[in-house]
Amino acid sequence: MSDLLKTPLYDLHVENGGRMVGFAGYDMPVQYKTGIVSEHIHTREKAGLFDVSHMGQAFLIGPDHETVAAALEKLVPADILNLGKGQQRYTQLINEDGGIIDDLMVTRQQDDEGTLYLVVNAGCKQGDYDWIRKHLPHGIHLEEHSDHALIALQGPAAVDVIAKHCPQAVDMAFMDGIASQFKLGDEDIEIHISRSGYTGEDGYEISVANDKVRAVADALLANDDVILIGLGARDSLRLEAGLCLYGHDIDMETSPIEAGLLWSIGKRRRQEGGFIGQERILREIAEKPSRRRVGIKPLGRAPARDGTEIQNLEGEKIGEITSGGFGPSVGGPVAMGYVQAAFASPETKVQLIVRGKALEAEISRMPFVPHNFKR
Amino acid sequence: MKNAKFSEDHEWVKVDGDIATIGITNHAQEQLGDVVFVELPEVGGTIAKGEDAGVIESVKAASELVAPVSGEVVETNGSLEDEPGSVNENPETTAWFIKVKLSDASELDGLMDYDAYQAFIA
Repeated sequence: MSDLLKTPLYDLHVENGGRMVGFAGYDMPVQYKTGIVSEHIHTREKAGLFDVSHMGQAFLIGPDHETVAAALEKLVPADILNLGKGQQRYTQLINEDGGIIDDLMVTRQQDDEGTLYLVVNAGCKQGDYDWIRKHLPHGIHLEEHSDHALIALQGPAAVDVIAKHCPQAVDMAFMDGIASQFKLGDEDIEIHISRSGYTGEDGYEISVANDKVRAVADALLANDDVILIGLGARDSLRLEAGLCLYGHDIDMETSPIEAGLLWSIGKRRRQEGGFIGQERILREIAEKPSRRRVGIKPLGRAPARDGTEIQNLEGEKIGEITSGGFGPSVGGPVAMGYVQAAFASPETKVQLIVRGKALEAEISRMPFVPHNFKR
Repeated sequence: MKNAKFSEDHEWVKVDGDIATIGITNHAQEQLGDVVFVELPEVGGTIAKGEDAGVIESVKAASELVAPVSGEVVETNGSLEDEPGSVNENPETTAWFIKVKLSDASELDGLMDYDAYQAFIA
């Protein structure tokens, strides 16, 4: 275990009884003392604080926005050119076969013209950086932002908590991202804050220097409404919210169209293309993909996990679950996975093969719990 | 629990005559976290030491109830299927899993006593 990396909040996790596990090369808390279910429910009802410092943060830097955006648009299908200042967008790095190298958040900096702020998955970051650098034209470079931690404050109470320290954040809309200050006593700590997250709830993600993150975390945790949340509840929250987990619901083989991420591909990009892997993606937009990511609701109590075979009622394999477990807010099992397009309509009855037994389930709309974003 | 026997798979066994009541230890439920699903064997069936005798699923993962002894299942605690969370609350009392009629009482000798189990999980 000694070769696992530690985030700057490692001591905070241990002091709070975090049960530490290896995740993407980092020693991370899967849960704290009260457990996954209560952490999950607390986030949906009040606010939870997540350490996501293991994720990769980087800047893509060039002479001006148009040049940097054009360079990134070669690698992702989202419209980056028309991203407004101080706005964030979800997109994917696409490989030559139209599969997903990683999914990421891209923010156009409010002041720094010609800088895009990227947040990528922990387990993918080195590969992402290598891939991006390999394809960058002269004059644009990628700068890793590894001296900064990243924390997420998620839940309906997040706005009132953040208001005490960063009043500017109150009026931000979902997917706004700006440089700001976190007021702590007499000190103004420099932060980058976005109104986003991965729980389906309103909330913020705060990037702050490694040596300041503990003070910020402690200040947030001083509020009665805020508790620490581990990776276990992070997973159950995002699953109920219908959000993809890289390496499970999306990977090098799946395309964004199969994954139901067409919404993240700008109209201009659908028409013009101009990105690596576009052949498959544009074809699937035109012809519809042969398989699709869907929500799956087991009708009994037993959870169906990643890798579970999905069959039609005739007992033929039609797909596989890619994420599945218990949804604490739903109060029962929830899952997502890929099925042949003919079986992808909501309420289609299917069966799941769990421990050799066929369990009743149906295709479900997602999210399983309504999103609560500040639009 | 002082009189119970314990397996390395963190089950406890309390014996009354030739009937053994089986559950999971407090340590086991702590390790599992929130239990959200329990599957029990059929009454009248048999379980064999070391083999799967049920399923316990937490939010994170599924695990097996490994039979600590062999015998015929004479009763199961159906309330666990409706309220799996009781395994977290009362693992060593009301949230027992199954009762079996022992087919080989000498299997009990291979289990740990209370002190040995405490040392095992320390």
